[in-house]
Parts: sequence; structure tokens; C-alpha cells
Amino acid sequence: MTSISPERAGMPSPDIPPGVLTPPEPRWRRSLPALKQVPFVVLLAGFSVLFIYPFLWLVSASLKSRADVFNNKLIPSHFVFHNYAKIWSVAPFLHWFANSMYISILAAVLVTFASALTAFAFAYFRFPLRNFLFGCVLATMMLPTVVTMIPVYLIWHHIGLSSSQIPLWAPNLFGSAFYIFLQRQFFMGIPRTYFEAARMDGDNYFTMFWRIAVPLAKPALIVTFLFEFKAKWNDLMTPLIYLHGYHQYTVPLGLYNLLGVYSPSAGGQGDYEWLMAGFVLATAPLLIIFAFGQRYFVRGITLQGYKG
Amino acid sequence: MIWGAILSFTDYSVVAPTHNVGLANYRAIGNDPYALLSLKNSFEMTAIYVPFEMGLALLFASMLAKLSRFDGFFRTVFYLPVMTPTVAIGGMYLLMFNGPYGLVDQFLGIFHIPEPYWLTDPNWIKPGIAAMLVWQVGGNTVLYLAAIKNVPQQLYEAAAIDGASAWRRFKDVTLPMISPTLFFTFIILTVYGLQVFDQIYTAFYNPSNAKISSDTSLMYVIYLFQQAFSYLHMGFASAMAWLLFGIIMVITAVQIVVSKRFVYYEGEQTR
Repeated sequence: MTSISPERAGMPSPDIPPGVLTPPEPRWRRSLPALKQVPFVVLLAGFSVLFIYPFLWLVSASLKSRADVFNNKLIPSHFVFHNYAKIWSVAPFLHWFANSMYISILAAVLVTFASALTAFAFAYFRFPLRNFLFGCVLATMMLPTVVTMIPVYLIWHHIGLSSSQIPLWAPNLFGSAFYIFLQRQFFMGIPRTYFEAARMDGDNYFTMFWRIAVPLAKPALIVTFLFEFKAKWNDLMTPLIYLHGYHQYTVPLGLYNLLGVYSPSAGGQGDYEWLMAGFVLATAPLLIIFAFGQRYFVRGITLQGYKG
Repeated sequence: MIWGAILSFTDYSVVAPTHNVGLANYRAIGNDPYALLSLKNSFEMTAIYVPFEMGLALLFASMLAKLSRFDGFFRTVFYLPVMTPTVAIGGMYLLMFNGPYGLVDQFLGIFHIPEPYWLTDPNWIKPGIAAMLVWQVGGNTVLYLAAIKNVPQQLYEAAAIDGASAWRRFKDVTLPMISPTLFFTFIILTVYGLQVFDQIYTAFYNPSNAKISSDTSLMYVIYLFQQAFSYLHMGFASAMAWLLFGIIMVITAVQIVVSKRFVYYEGEQTR
């Protein structure tokens, strides 16, 4: 791993032009005249169908009866809203939902603040080997998750927590390389004089972090929270490893199991309409946070790809 | 992580006592037809997926860059699939690509295109998986769109004065200027393609069809996961993980060397 420096390996390098952290000013007009845009709008609208239709299909399928769920009609012949009531009773869906919620929120909060503390230390303090250590943090981004998956499991196994929900969120106490990188960029953008002024007023390092750095870097913290929430909400592999009790399951793992329960080839009744309702309910929270936090997602993605 | 490296030289299985077995695990990978097959599957799928994804993202991004209205709307629409849980995508794939009964083949049937059995025909499993992954192209589209919008406008004006056509402006101005972003995503997508797990595991290895699934859908990471947590061959799986890490490093190194010719970094000369 040492043979390739992170920067050469396509990792974002720390010097990011200022336009990325603040939304870039529209310095020019690159768009076409209105009339010439029409063909592009039509084409893109055509492509949009590819992205939208599966959602409509999913919602429609979730409102069909068992006999109709495979017929692919966009409008169900009769609406079975009952499916959404059923899913809570045919499976411990409420448990799963609550599990997913508490794990995702806890994990996201932990990783946000742990990463912020680390990032603040890297941005504010000058200490020996700082750049080397930061390079080490960045290098862990290159490591495939499967490489750490087994040793991490064995550590939890030795502690005796390998079939609890704790391993799903506790690793976030140590922060995460990508978020540390992202937040460090924000903290470095805060003028040092702010901190010097605060110090004159008798602030210690922690109050400086809490009262100056955190409020000013709020967008980065929100990006971190949203990204991590989404990642944990979707995660299937980790729950597959650690969760074994039916009521411990998270939503993805529960739905994954229902695929088997309802499949005719495994002795089920083919009640895919309940499954579809479950998929809709699993997607809903993400769409809601996306509706409120879209600009943060866009900004986070843009930052991800930036390299100097 | 280092523990993982040590483990890969043992026959650790959680329950039985551990022995040091030297390089035997790595030799065993070479002798395991499924390990080699899954590696080949992962590579083939990634080889289909990466160009497909990058091409579409570039197409969408360059069209979006030309709009002054509705671009926000389309960006949101294209990004929606990225917000969909991977398990839901895998499950929907199962129904929508369900041979002639699925939505996709019924759609293709309208145009009298032959309707493949996406879930069982070995020739169509990998393109199908790649298509499922490409549905989430919105993330890259947003990335490329930002990169295109960061290209200084003067370059286009200069090119236009020199009489460059729209295609030449795209090929000789846009592409070189966003080549660092393209290169970055090229690496990231390759690494992602080799490691993708959730969607494929849901669609092809859920409790109902684990037995029917054809070997064509056996990806390297899925086989690794089964070895580690179904058969508890932790040492073997660790060896597989480190082999994957080595492969990824080699691929990345090759990509870096090859791309030196194509990637343009602004201000490179002054560095």
C-alpha cells in the first residue's frame, strides 16, 4: 500500500479550490438558447422514465392483490391498501424499523462527532508526523471492506458481542476516513484569527471546537450525518454477519429474509405484495431526508470527486 | 487488518484450534474452481459495468450542462435511484427481470426484441446485473455535471472563435478538462464493481433461490462471504480478501500508469 501515495491513487488531495466548499458562483452562461434546449429536455425526459417508472411500478405493485402482483399493470385493478397494514403484522416490521432507525441515527451521530474531533485536531493542531498520520487515515479509504470484515468480526467474537447490534454502530466511535477528510477541509477554511480571539476570551480547546469550529462547519457535519445515515440504513452485509435473532433484524435484513419466506419455491404463498409494501416503507425515509437535504447530498458528492 | 493478514496463513475457523498453515490458503485459492470462477465473474461484470456507467453518466451530464431550466428537476430524478435501499433494488430486480413475465421483457416484447431470461441464462446474468447497478448512475452524473460546470468558459469561447464544432469542443475542451474526474471515477467504479455485494446477494442468493442460482452470478465477494460466514473458513476467506486487495492495488497502479497519457491536471507543469 505504501508504494502508491494516496494522491496518485486517485484520492482527493487536500488542496481544494474554494469554489467547492461554497457553491460556485455562476461566472458564465454555458446553457444554450431556450429554443435549442428543447430536444435535450425531450431526450432527458425520455431517460427520466427509466429512473421514475420502477418507483411507480413498485408503489403500484405494493397496492395490488396477491393474484395481480405479477401483472405489471401500472394501475392496480383494485387498490389493496390493506397491504400496508398487513406488513406490520405478518412480520415484526415495526421492530425492524425501530432497529434500523436507532442504529442508523446513533451511527450517524457518532461518526459525525468522532470525525469532527479528529478532523479538528488535524486541522488546528500542529504536531509531529501530522501529515504522515493524515496520509495513513486517507490510506484506509483504499482498503476494501472485506479485508477488515473478518478481523473485526473476530474481535467482536472475542469480546462476546458478535451476535448483538453493537458492532453495527460502535465502530463509528472512531470516525471514518472520508468524513475526516471532508470536515478537515471545512475546518481549515476557518480563519485562525477566530480561534486566537476565542483564546484571548478564555476559551479552551474544547469550547473552541464546540463554539466556533462546529457551528461554522455545520454544512460538512450535515453532509456527514446524511451520508452515514443512508449507508447504515441500506447496509445488508454487516447485519447479515452480526444479527441472528428475528427481532434484532434491521429493515434490509428483514426484507431479505421475507424474500425467502414468501417465495413459492421455499414453501411460501407468493405474497410479494407485502414485500413490495415493505420496500416502499424502506425507501420512504431516505426519500424524505433527500427531499430536505438534497443540496447537501449534491455538495457531498461533488466534494467526493474533487482532486487538485 | 494486520490480524487479517496473519489469519490468512492459518486455518482459523472460530470453533476449532488454529494452526499455522503457511501459504496453503493461497494455494487453495488457486486450486478452488469456485474461487477462480467467482474472480472471473467479478471481472467480467465489472468490465461491462464500468464503461456503461461512465458513458451514460457523461451523456446525461453533458446534456444537463446545456440546460438553463429543468436541470435541477432532472438531476433530482436521476439521483432518486441512488437513494433507494440496495435490498429493494435487488428485490425489484428479481421481479422486473423475471424472464418473460418481468416488466423489462414485456417492454422489450413491444419492439419484438428477443426476451432473455435475465435470472437464469448465463449469457444474460452479468449484463443484467450491470444494468441493475447502472440504474444508480445519478451519483456519477452529478459528479460529472459539477466537473463540466467548472471548466472555464473562456476555453469554449476561444475554441468557438477558432471554428471548433460542438463535437470538437466536447472532445478537445470538455474531455481533457474533466479527465481527472473521469479518471477518479474510473478507479472508484472498478473497485466498487469488484466488491458489490448487497444487490446481487439479494437478487441471487436470498433464502429462496440460493440453490437454483447459476454459478454465473457467483461474485468474488459473495463467495468470500460464504466461505467466511457460512462455512467458517476464516483463514481461507482472509486469504481471499488479501488477494482481492492485491489485485485492486495492481489494477489501480496499471490504471495510473496508463492514464498518465490521458489525464490532464491543471497547473501540472508548475508543480
